[in-house]
Amino acid sequence: MYALEDGHKKTIIAWHESTGDHAMKGYTAALPSGEAIHYIDRKRWFWLLSVFYPLQPFLGIWLHAETGNQAWLLFPLFTGYVVAPILDMILGEDKNNPPEEVVPQLDADFYYRLLTYAVVPLHFVTLIGAAWWAGTQDLSWWAFLGLAVVAGIASGLGINTGHELGHKKSRLERWLAKIVLAVPVYGHFWIEHNRGHHRDVSTPEDPASARMGESIYRFAIREIPGAFLRAWAIEKERLERRGKSAWSTDNQILQSMSLSAVVQLGLLIAFGWKMIPFLVVHNIFGWWQLTSANYIEHYGLLRLKDENGKFERCQPHHSWNSNHIFSNLVLFHLERHSDHHAHPLRRYQSLRHFEDLPSLPNGYFGSYLLAYVPWLWYWVMDKKLLALPHVNGDLDKINIDPRRKEMIYRKYGSPELSGPAGQQ
Amino acid sequence: MTDFKCPECGYVFSEDAGDEHEGYPPGTSFQSLPDDYVCPDCSVRYKEDFEQI
Repeated sequence: MYALEDGHKKTIIAWHESTGDHAMKGYTAALPSGEAIHYIDRKRWFWLLSVFYPLQPFLGIWLHAETGNQAWLLFPLFTGYVVAPILDMILGEDKNNPPEEVVPQLDADFYYRLLTYAVVPLHFVTLIGAAWWAGTQDLSWWAFLGLAVVAGIASGLGINTGHELGHKKSRLERWLAKIVLAVPVYGHFWIEHNRGHHRDVSTPEDPASARMGESIYRFAIREIPGAFLRAWAIEKERLERRGKSAWSTDNQILQSMSLSAVVQLGLLIAFGWKMIPFLVVHNIFGWWQLTSANYIEHYGLLRLKDENGKFERCQPHHSWNSNHIFSNLVLFHLERHSDHHAHPLRRYQSLRHFEDLPSLPNGYFGSYLLAYVPWLWYWVMDKKLLALPHVNGDLDKINIDPRRKEMIYRKYGSPELSGPAGQQ
Repeated sequence: MTDFKCPECGYVFSEDAGDEHEGYPPGTSFQSLPDDYVCPDCSVRYKEDFEQI
């Protein structure tokens, strides 16, 4: 949104209309034309949602403590999978971008970085708090497991925090990424995602890119072990170049996993055997959050090979996006995924929307719900995939599950659109 | 000895310094890096994308 203040100064408002709130911090920069612009990030304080959103299990614990009704422990499932998609529907999309001229100032503003640092200890607090409640209260089996699920989902958000931190160059941020990834026991993610997924994204070789016709459940079986093995192979190769064993203390996967072991053994010692089922369920649901995000982020999208046999560089149309404002505000802008893959080091506050990109029907949480019902997901997404401008109905430009290829070609293929493969 | 820069994220591979963390000792020529080398910081640019500086 642009609003001219006077002949020389332009105010660019990042989110909806200006409210005339001059207390908001602004950034001033010059356009190439010499004209001065003043930019106010309307989402500045709303990013605090990404810090507090993972604390939701405490809301359930508090309501249980107040009312004595154990069902309240499951309340975060309601906020996460009912309230969040509805808020995304009601609040809609935000397509505003910061002007490039102010991005260096926006990136340098320590406030945004501080939020990603602050959420790291909160993930530990949430896990320990939920484990304490599960370990010390007399809960029914369903409330106990429900609390483990809710805690796991919160720790899955820790993978999102680790994701934002792990893409940066500073040692501090990289270390914070490894530390926070210890909460969901996903220490390999930093290597797997940065060095594996970003390199191989939207290719049949990537275990973290879903194929057309692949259900999220089959994807999980391919993705979870595939991602670990790729991370291990990448780290082993790096350590071998340095003349070290894969089991050396320099192994960055083991560094994070050691912290996981300390935390989870500590909980076992503190709260006893009950922690075994609690932590198993917690860990699986933490990983499931990442699986869900990976599944929807690149479903069916395919990078083609160039004349040298290498995959084309990752383009913005190789990721599915969502501009839905609420879920973006609780996920450090993760849903502006095309810009992230095109420019992986770009900080969350500076990620951009582009027109004509593959777009998800709702924010991530609503899209996860669709993905959990495979036939519904295919019904919504396969049409969208085929209609993308760079695909234009051509099945040869889609990453298709080999097991479903014949069926998909029978259903959607036509010789004139998909070439010889369409006639199989 | 030359430096090579990733056009996406600005990572610089210096042949003089190598990259100890990645296991490339000082004096490693850019040419000798593996063919499937990708930028260690952003992973979205290949060896042939690097610019000599």
